[in-house]
Amino acid sequence: MTRRQEQLLVRGTAAEADLMISGAHLIDPRAGIDGIFDIKIDDGQLSQIGESGTLSVGADAEQLDASGLHLFPAFVDPHIHLRTPGHEHKEDIETGTRSAAAGGFCAVLAMPNTDPVLDSAPVLRALREAARRDARVPVGFLAAITIGLGGAELTAMSELRAAGAAGFTDDGMPVESAGMLRKALQYQQMAGGVLALHEEDRSLSAGGSMHEGAVSALLGIGGIPSTSESIMVARDAALAGYEGGAVHMQHLSCAESVEVIREAKRLGYNVTTEVSPHHLCFTEEAVSTLDTRMKMNPPLRTEADRQALITGLLDGTIDCIATDHAPHSAHEKEVPFEQAPMGTTGLESSFAACYTELVRSGPMSIEMLIEKMTCGGAIFGLEIPQMTIGESANLVLVDLEQKWRVGADGYESRSDNCAFDGRELFGRVLLTVADGAVAYRQRSFALSAAPDPETAAQ
Amino acid sequence: MKHLLSIEDVSREDIERICARAAAFSENHQREIKKVPALRGRTVLNLFYEASTRTRSSFELAAKRLSADVVNFSAAGSSTEKGESLKDTVQTLSAHRPDAIVVRCPWAGAPALVAEWTDAAIINAGDGKHEHPTQALLDIFTLTRRLGSLDGVKIWIVGDVLHSRVARSNILGFQKMGAQVTVAGPPTLLPREIEAMGVEVRYSLDEIREADVVYALRMQNERMQQAYLPSMREYASLFQINERRLGARSLLMHPGPVNRGVELSDEVVDCAQSLILEQVAAGVVVRMAVLFELLAASRAFDPVPEHQSA
Repeated sequence: MTRRQEQLLVRGTAAEADLMISGAHLIDPRAGIDGIFDIKIDDGQLSQIGESGTLSVGADAEQLDASGLHLFPAFVDPHIHLRTPGHEHKEDIETGTRSAAAGGFCAVLAMPNTDPVLDSAPVLRALREAARRDARVPVGFLAAITIGLGGAELTAMSELRAAGAAGFTDDGMPVESAGMLRKALQYQQMAGGVLALHEEDRSLSAGGSMHEGAVSALLGIGGIPSTSESIMVARDAALAGYEGGAVHMQHLSCAESVEVIREAKRLGYNVTTEVSPHHLCFTEEAVSTLDTRMKMNPPLRTEADRQALITGLLDGTIDCIATDHAPHSAHEKEVPFEQAPMGTTGLESSFAACYTELVRSGPMSIEMLIEKMTCGGAIFGLEIPQMTIGESANLVLVDLEQKWRVGADGYESRSDNCAFDGRELFGRVLLTVADGAVAYRQRSFALSAAPDPETAAQ
Repeated sequence: MKHLLSIEDVSREDIERICARAAAFSENHQREIKKVPALRGRTVLNLFYEASTRTRSSFELAAKRLSADVVNFSAAGSSTEKGESLKDTVQTLSAHRPDAIVVRCPWAGAPALVAEWTDAAIINAGDGKHEHPTQALLDIFTLTRRLGSLDGVKIWIVGDVLHSRVARSNILGFQKMGAQVTVAGPPTLLPREIEAMGVEVRYSLDEIREADVVYALRMQNERMQQAYLPSMREYASLFQINERRLGARSLLMHPGPVNRGVELSDEVVDCAQSLILEQVAAGVVVRMAVLFELLAASRAFDPVPEHQSA
């Protein structure tokens, strides 16, 4: 990693890989690579890409036959919850980054709504220290915008930036007061750091557990209207435009928000956005059985909203895909719907869900999906993984033809509250290389790719 | 039927069968000895997470009239107050091997969850703002006894539909029986997109005289504090069912308890068109029919009863 990356991302202790992957179909839209090549990693660095059979293999290098498989730059998720400190029964740095590795991610950014809240430099330093020990893939941290997510006092943004905060967010909570957000945007001019915003007018969402619409009317469950999001998106886009600040709108869920962002971008405001796989794949109909895995904030909305999100992703209004991986333990989710906490895990199913829904049976190219799953970190200053000779390898090997059932082999995450649980998806992640180290091998692939003991003995 | 979780899952044939059985129990109720031995040796557990005198005593009486043993478990003063989860409570109580559990709770969908955690038959006695299926069944029973059939009957449900599980179950139940349902009330108390349930929506009672049946919902004082309504006086002036508004040939229903002078005027509560006391009486026989349906009917032809005592 470069110095600048080390400021934002913390790497664990995994050893640099020596690896030769042969026969895979490489696709890296940014590097302009699309074809079947062999690829060599020496000491964690991508050293050679060449026509099949032309590369010489070092004695120590592990060889993987990847014929029929695809190799992409690994993904980056700018929005996950590692639940540490304070909620380690849901997830910790080790399980969360293991889950990320299993999903093909080579870097993730964790949210600060922990206990204590990541709102001071000592908490951030302690977390970075823990990550140096436990992280399976490089991890960065966003700090809170306001102390304790309380919306009343700004955090020491400059000090937090210096200590390595990748950005700022009160995720899980909106910055309710426009005046407070304005001050954060003014302060940002000096401190830097994009403000990531959870957009929700809580006087409108009050008491709601799902999208307000036909399904909530039938179930008698309090609704969260789309306007609770879109009017805050509109307010904060206007504020960012006025102050010339940079804001990132998290997990857009409805058509109205997409429309507001389209206009804000047309006006040249510095506004970026993300969308989650579950909002791209499901609608309020999925909530009709009151499965608590389908309870998240913002909620699953209508088919028209889902289509607007896909359109927004295709036309660039929505910049990237982010999972909002939000683990909760079984006993917390095994309660009546209205009592259950909001959130679904997503790291391990994100690629397969988006590939199956958007590429295989949808309008998106595989190149665009790779772009949308790799560029999210760049909003916060992370480098976009790319197949560049001489640089640290960040790669994901996938079997696009393999159909698998989500959760059938369990999860790497400590929690199993995955909205896609039990669904059959195409596109299985088999191997992840993150910052030059092998971070994940899918078990059955690891077995089949292991060298035959007899051949190895020769 | 294994459980009664919602009217949504129940067919018209199921409803007709339950009503026919309720009618038979009702005849029995004219006799001096009202008890029948149908559920002798069976145990019915009332699991109530909300205060309820009417529904609970109606279920208790229904179970006792069928000779079942009844245990009442109310959340107040129980282990739930010590933080026990619903799942743990249900599994603990299930260890006593109840045959049926009657669940009343403030959370939508909880009875369906309970059904996953126990072998007992589950009866939803009201779950949050979702459903109250036995109320709908007793209302259908009461109305069909009076009208013969609900096909083409125009029913207006008036008041706080947003917070009413009775409204949701009754809309679904009345429609299954062929009625046309209109909901009326202030827009703050009608759920957005309620039209998707196939009802007409009105914000006034101007045309209420077209209704064959007027079903008034209970208005709760707390709705004013939450700013759903400016005042009870304003609500009553716009939506109270009184002699002037109630059509001469319309029947009047209410799930109880009535706020006299708010949703209903004094005189209509006691008028000849009011079915309110018939609804209360129907409560016991319909709940008997439901218990019988779940615990006895499905096993009537079993050569070996499932619950032979060891």
